[in-house]
Amino acid sequence: MVDLNNVLPEQMKNDIPSFKAGDRIRVQVRVIEGDKERIQIFEGDVISLKGKGSNKTFTVRKISSGVGVERIFPLHSPTIAKIEVVKEGRVRRAKLYYLRNLAGKAARIKSKS
Amino acid sequence: MSGILGRKIGMSSIYGEKGRMIPVTAIQAGPCKIVTIKTKEKDGYEALQIGFGTRKEKNLTKPILGHFKKNNVESTAYLKEFLFDEISEYKVGDEIKADFFKEGEKIKVRAKSKGKGFQGVIKRHGFKGVGGATHGQSDRLRAPGSIGQSSDPSRVWKGMRMAGRTGGKNITVSNLEVIKVIPEENLILVNGSVPGPINSIVELIKL
Repeated sequence: MVDLNNVLPEQMKNDIPSFKAGDRIRVQVRVIEGDKERIQIFEGDVISLKGKGSNKTFTVRKISSGVGVERIFPLHSPTIAKIEVVKEGRVRRAKLYYLRNLAGKAARIKSKS
Repeated sequence: MSGILGRKIGMSSIYGEKGRMIPVTAIQAGPCKIVTIKTKEKDGYEALQIGFGTRKEKNLTKPILGHFKKNNVESTAYLKEFLFDEISEYKVGDEIKADFFKEGEKIKVRAKSKGKGFQGVIKRHGFKGVGGATHGQSDRLRAPGSIGQSSDPSRVWKGMRMAGRTGGKNITVSNLEVIKVIPEENLILVNGSVPGPINSIVELIKL
């Protein structure tokens, strides 16, 4: 059997910083408007990492004007210009879906150290 | 018209233009060997018989082994005939590999779909089931409903769609675009899905 992840290495990026669920990250997304391209920033907490190889995705959750917003990014997508880790969080789960039911102070993630 | 045999490897997705994700099926296309050539003079039509895969000689029948021996070709696990427009370009023993396909080309893929066993009319024919769950109805949610009329015709029409064995049939999917050809691994990536389970044999037909 052929392992597709070995066959399609050019699909994967190797300059991605390592981050885990609970970390706060800043994702620079390339937005194409007409023929112009600009960078949009989406900053929030990573609540899940899913999949493997070139199909790996991660979910970022932020509270935007009182409303929770989640965005799922393919990790190796060419539309992602850069990922910065802002803060490392200390959590005890790999998937932080429970944050969806919490609001305000309860929805904070303790930082590491 | 032409075609070869391949093996379904699995699905993945790759990034296309503007970072769009394209779902792809990876198919191991070849290496296939030409075992016999059917000619107009001798057989009445032009086609190539193509062999694919390997199987131990002790697991092949003697008549099949004799067929390979007669044509002086190494034995293969599967044999299949494909109509070819240009048979004069090929000779017995030639190998056809993944580079037979070009990127951007549209192909047909034929394979045996996954067997689903005995299934009801909802899964098998897309029926909607009978009505609601109230007004005294019970156990009717996935039922087929009426299958005919009254004393005239007093029988069920032929071809009435009912429950039964589902899947496990040959299905052809047309107009699948070849997104990528990887000659080192003998792989082609085809846009979209392909019938059948992983590791099954598929026919790749060029139009």
